Amino acid sequence: MDRVPVLTLGDILLVSIQIDLEDQLAVRLQEDLADRIVATGAHGVIIDITALDIVDSFIGRMLSTIAAISKVLDAETVVVGMRPAVAITLVELGLSLQGVRTALNVELGLRLLGRNRADRLEPVDADAIEPLEPTAAT
Amino acid sequence: MTLAQPVGPCERLQIGDDQDVVRVRQAVRATAVAARLSLVDQTKLITAASELARNTLVYGGGGHAELEHVTNGRRTGVRVRFVDEGPGIVDVERALTDGFSTGSGLGLGLSGARRLVDEFDLDTKPNEGTRVTVVKWSR
Repeated sequence: MDRVPVLTLGDILLVSIQIDLEDQLAVRLQEDLADRIVATGAHGVIIDITALDIVDSFIGRMLSTIAAISKVLDAETVVVGMRPAVAITLVELGLSLQGVRTALNVELGLRLLGRNRADRLEPVDADAIEPLEPTAAT
Repeated sequence: MTLAQPVGPCERLQIGDDQDVVRVRQAVRATAVAARLSLVDQTKLITAASELARNTLVYGGGGHAELEHVTNGRRTGVRVRFVDEGPGIVDVERALTDGFSTGSGLGLGLSGARRLVDEFDLDTKPNEGTRVTVVKWSR
């Protein structure tokens, strides 16, 4: 059976769901994440759902359950990257994603977790670099 | 139900396991795109189909879906029918209430799916089975 990969980023676990999630895989992800939180001592979990074109009640419940499990294990969960159409549908479906914190993207999610790595991720400012000595002969 | 006439052939999809639920979602997506539903309407229909396909699997003990691109003369749409020969629904009114579930779910499947589509028809008989038909029209 397939697995959703869990990446470690400092003391944060990053999960990017890139496939159409079948129910068994969602259940397995819950278990994998719980194991990894304990094994790594992670304090934050970011679940990137940018690639998901729907979140139905089963996936919604999985997100709530992961948030609850990680909270018990002293880690905070942030779900990032929800598409606008998915948000509209979720609300109409009646799903509240109880206990789940959200952010628009991974970067804002990291910031929300109090691990502001934004500076490090930003591209280096070209003007701040000293130009190389001109090689032209004098 | 309005008069929805099929535009193309009816696609029949088995629902016997988790992967079939994913396949139903993918087939519904393809038909929704062909029927020119907006992105939000596609998302609503696929989500409703996912809920109903899971109901067919979990509560109906499996069954099948019938998927059609339809028209009513003015607009195009997608009709999906979920059919099982399971135990049926004894109390339809309660089954359509938010938060009511005889299983371990959230109780949003049927009631939530109904909100996400334009037409919803539930035909069920105890010990004979359940048929849920939904239609989503293009705007």
